[in-house]
Amino acid sequence: MIRVLLPTHLQRLANTGREVQIAVAGPVTLRAILDALEDRYPVLRGTIRDQVTYERRAFLRFFACGEDFSQANPDAPLPESVASGSERLRIVGAMAGG
Amino acid sequence: MSSVRVLVGTRKGAFILTSDEGRQKWEVSGPHFAGWEIYHINGSSVDPNRLYASQSTGWFGQLIQRSDDGGKTWAPVGNKFVYEGVPGTHMWYDGTQHPWEFKRVWQLAPSLSDPDTVYAGVEDAALFRSTDGGQTWQELAGLRSAKGHLWQPGAGGMCLHTILLDPSKPERMFVAISAAGAFRSDDSGETWLPINRGLRSDYELPDAAADVGHCVHNLAMHPERPGVLFMQKHWDVMRSDNAGELWHEVSGDLPSDFGFPIAVHAHEPETIYVVPIKSDSEHFPPDGKLRVYRSRTGGNDWEALTNGLPQENCYVNILRSAMAVDRLDSCGIYFGTTGGQVYASADSGDHWLPIVHDLPAVLSVEVQTLP
Repeated sequence: MIRVLLPTHLQRLANTGREVQIAVAGPVTLRAILDALEDRYPVLRGTIRDQVTYERRAFLRFFACGEDFSQANPDAPLPESVASGSERLRIVGAMAGG
Repeated sequence: MSSVRVLVGTRKGAFILTSDEGRQKWEVSGPHFAGWEIYHINGSSVDPNRLYASQSTGWFGQLIQRSDDGGKTWAPVGNKFVYEGVPGTHMWYDGTQHPWEFKRVWQLAPSLSDPDTVYAGVEDAALFRSTDGGQTWQELAGLRSAKGHLWQPGAGGMCLHTILLDPSKPERMFVAISAAGAFRSDDSGETWLPINRGLRSDYELPDAAADVGHCVHNLAMHPERPGVLFMQKHWDVMRSDNAGELWHEVSGDLPSDFGFPIAVHAHEPETIYVVPIKSDSEHFPPDGKLRVYRSRTGGNDWEALTNGLPQENCYVNILRSAMAVDRLDSCGIYFGTTGGQVYASADSGDHWLPIVHDLPAVLSVEVQTLP
């Protein structure tokens, strides 16, 4: 299972805990994880990425394995450790606003 | 016994204030949606327990919440606002054309006849309608055909912030946009006309009397006289006696005709309220005195209402959607400030009391009068 950490506001919206575990069919990419996450928690549609363009919202970041995948190709495979669940994908509300 | 429910949107959540008709003792519920900006909460006049709230942040975007039990519980509904067709462009700050981009919902106006129908005014300025209780939204794109390519954002963004539904003509509605002006539809939102004749923006526009481009801050009407409209423009308080065909100024003896909200007394169509603000660059009351001004003559002659309001060192602002009236026999007036106070008057403005002192900055105030 893929392990995803959600920021506080999205936890409340989805009525879930900090970590959610989701299954992804096929290659484990950012797009596949977000698709699966939104399928399971439809309330999150539009809160992480635009509902039409699928672009990441400007003040959100995707971290895993000590790296920032925010600018990465959403269709590129993520590290095996994320795919295996040994590392968690963190969805982070970026510091903004002073 | 009747009661009132005051719906308060703030920078960091929503609050619901309730009282009996005496309006002296209040219960405060909230924060709902803590940490989120609540630009507007509004209730259906058909089913007062049906509420809609606009919830947003810069981080996570826009959500719409719906309550079917008067705000005790909420559930998110649809948040997909997609401009119809090719969105096109509008005027940008530098005079170039800029694509329409959805940012947030400023105003929610439930239908006067169906609790499942609700209108949403958004930034970048457009009007959406839902007929399924907020689950899905469709743009009424004819509005942007009313010279939308000439609309230009003001300092607060290019927002559709005011929606008025005409209770006597279900097919008629009015909207106001910063900085585009006022618009009217007579066919249920399909087509729209700018209704800005008589407005003058000498310091803001190269053509002071242009068809569009005026920075309208708020509109108000009395439901029993929907052809009479009142407007707080950027500068100038205006009035139209013919549904916006022509406006004339009624600022009269106000200490400043700059301001944001305007409201009409529930039972006296010629009694109106504004809160003068010093200027466009100094968004606080003149002389540090928080004064609501009331005209009982539909404008021009104004009296300051100060009893219970701070008369020294007050430098808050009152935003455009942050004043409302109830419909009890002795009409109540309410307004919220950027300092987090919500003031109430149970006697048409003669005396004021703060309901709460220390909320986050207040963005909007609506009032429901409950049987």
